[in-house]
Amino acid sequence: MSVTTAPLHLAAEIGGPPRYDPGHYTGLARLAERGALDFVTLGDSFARPGPDALAVLSRVAPATDRIGLVPTVTTTHTEPFHVSSAVATLDWVSRGRAGWLVDVSTTGAEARLFGRRPAAPADALWREAGETADVSARLWDSWEDDAEIRDVATGRFVDRDRLHHVDFEGEFFSVRGPAIVPRPPQGHPVVVVDGTAGPAAHTAARHADVVLVRATAPERAAALRADLRRRAEAYGRDPRTLRVLVALTVDLGDAETAPEPGLDSGPPLAAGGSYYRGGPVDLAELIIRWHRGGAADGFHLTPITPGRDLERIVNCTVALLQHRGLFRTFHPGGTLREHLGLARPANRYALEGGRA
Amino acid sequence: MSRTPRRMHLAAHFPGVNNTTVWSDPRSGSQIDFSSFTHLARTAERGLFDFFFLAEGLRLREHNGRIHDLDVVGRPESLTVLAALAAVTDRLGLAATVSTTFNEPFELARRLATLDHLSAGRAAWNVVTSSDAFTGENFRRGGYLDRADRYTRAAEFVATARELWDSWTPDGEPRPFAHRGRHFGIEGEFTVPRSPQGHPVVIQAGDSPEGRAFAASAADVVFTRHSTLAAGRAFYADVKGRLAAYGREPDALKIMPGVTVVLGDSDAEARERAAGIRLQQVSPQGALLALEQVWGRDLSSYDPDGPLPDIDPDPGATLARGRVTHGDPLETAARWRALSKEKGLSIRQTVVEATGRQSFIGSPETVAAALTEFVAEDAADGFILVPHLTPGGLDDFVDRVVPLLQERGAFRTEYAGPTLRSHLGLAAPDR
Repeated sequence: MSVTTAPLHLAAEIGGPPRYDPGHYTGLARLAERGALDFVTLGDSFARPGPDALAVLSRVAPATDRIGLVPTVTTTHTEPFHVSSAVATLDWVSRGRAGWLVDVSTTGAEARLFGRRPAAPADALWREAGETADVSARLWDSWEDDAEIRDVATGRFVDRDRLHHVDFEGEFFSVRGPAIVPRPPQGHPVVVVDGTAGPAAHTAARHADVVLVRATAPERAAALRADLRRRAEAYGRDPRTLRVLVALTVDLGDAETAPEPGLDSGPPLAAGGSYYRGGPVDLAELIIRWHRGGAADGFHLTPITPGRDLERIVNCTVALLQHRGLFRTFHPGGTLREHLGLARPANRYALEGGRA
Repeated sequence: MSRTPRRMHLAAHFPGVNNTTVWSDPRSGSQIDFSSFTHLARTAERGLFDFFFLAEGLRLREHNGRIHDLDVVGRPESLTVLAALAAVTDRLGLAATVSTTFNEPFELARRLATLDHLSAGRAAWNVVTSSDAFTGENFRRGGYLDRADRYTRAAEFVATARELWDSWTPDGEPRPFAHRGRHFGIEGEFTVPRSPQGHPVVIQAGDSPEGRAFAASAADVVFTRHSTLAAGRAFYADVKGRLAAYGREPDALKIMPGVTVVLGDSDAEARERAAGIRLQQVSPQGALLALEQVWGRDLSSYDPDGPLPDIDPDPGATLARGRVTHGDPLETAARWRALSKEKGLSIRQTVVEATGRQSFIGSPETVAAALTEFVAEDAADGFILVPHLTPGGLDDFVDRVVPLLQERGAFRTEYAGPTLRSHLGLAAPDR
């Protein structure tokens, strides 16, 4: 396997047993920020107790400075236009640190919360999620960056030639546009998908900037990563614009103590056994081994016990990586794309108009 | 004989898509940067305002088939920006306008309850209905609702949201809910426990008979357009008079008109400023557009400094899309013609005068007296201030008028409690 000195990217989930007090989440995000992590995620599902994740991270935004903020937003029972507006707004309130973890609602119980028919099969749900990501990108481009002109002579606040109807007609919905939110600071907030398998992998290859993959061995992770990059290329994307992170659930507690009660209502344990139990130092060694071998561009860690484990990750695992010069000690850039080494996308309508 | 004036309520509106923000003024800041929203919210909190208020925009307006480019546009999504404002404020209520037409009760109730938790009990929801197919082109549901259904859906939507907000047990456990109604048939478990206010505050802004009935039955606050004394008193009496039929006390519903304030060191200076603002708000191009919205015809060849058109309006035309229309075009045109003839006004001057809604103009003392009188005369319980400059447009009001209101005993000198309901003097609803 090739040796790589590519930058290492790290992210952490800050959700757990349901909490509704903002201080809890702000504390965890700040902790992750002290560790110079690329971003935090916050899971969200209509199927279990918990607050609206995007609102929580918006609340966290003014109390943080650099760390990326990536809430889960499901697409099955939401309006694509609202999803696009909300994620764009998170990018504005965080000054360019927003991302969006795309997920679907698979159960009939969730469908009944909206008075809808039984849930569609997974591949339909993920095609729909892909369309939501697609139309969101178009809506984020529907305002060119310099659409606002404030031209006193002609009385025009905006230049209408730099605002575009997206006229999206998909299998599941249509959206006319333009957006009501100006183009976000990052151009496009970062799209994250758990693309380990199945229809989600298609959606990830086509639309995601960051793909989470669950794997029990570095060879498997490397294979998934190579496959995703191939698929992305088949969709006309430059595979180097993908970041593939291995998703691990981590338990850094002593073997004797059980995880916190109420865990079944927190984020589900990653399937396929990508569950690390051990000490924070050994976790650092695992990360180094897998990353150096080219298995992944980084890791997304879901602590079993958020407060305790995140502290150990930041104070021990990350500290070790930093000490070895393998992970940043501060965020040189201000946006999530900069942390991930991803370019700000050009505006497709400006490109078409020869203006980008 | 003097009496202790009734204490008024105050709110700050960061205007959405509008034609009253004077964006050409160098003091006019960004309409989208979070720092602008922080500035206005913190100013309002410094002034001990009850709440901060955002409108909703779901589709850019179009005129003559093209995107309308003269007005301020470009808005953050309201609930998301309010969640962020919860981090930089401590007591100020946070109110979002959200449509019941293009949302579903479970999801919206969840977002509102979340905001209430994240702000320790300061969330409010201005319930609006949108019924047009134009806006619907951005949404899965389209614009299929006819006008009558708008309000029945909204009423059932609010009732359903309240059921969801009450669905957890007092001990903080989820409890299954089921709602079967004409518009919604939903069941399951809500994901959020009862929030600090019990229910977020419900605001309503409709003026029609159905709107007023809806307000009287279901709302905590009414946001009205009636900002003159006479119109205010009539509206106030009408809506308050409807409360008893729903078993509600007069104090259970606060009536707050949207108003503008122009201050000056003297009344004369304020009037001069106000006139200047009107000219800045109505550009020559804007005047023609306003005319076209009434006339329903292309009037681009007319001179804004010239007379009104001789031709009649086309009442069936739909030149302007995405704009709420008020009144009958033929009647409006007749009124504008009469005004123009009476005062010898050009197109632009007519639009300036006919569409101006400046409410309180004067020195701080004059304005404080007028606001106090308005409330004393039962024309309002308070006011939603709409500055023409954002984000700094309420700085002066907070610095110079609020202290005078406080001196008169007409406004609070501190926040007595932590929640928006406590500022508004509203009890938490029973389960």
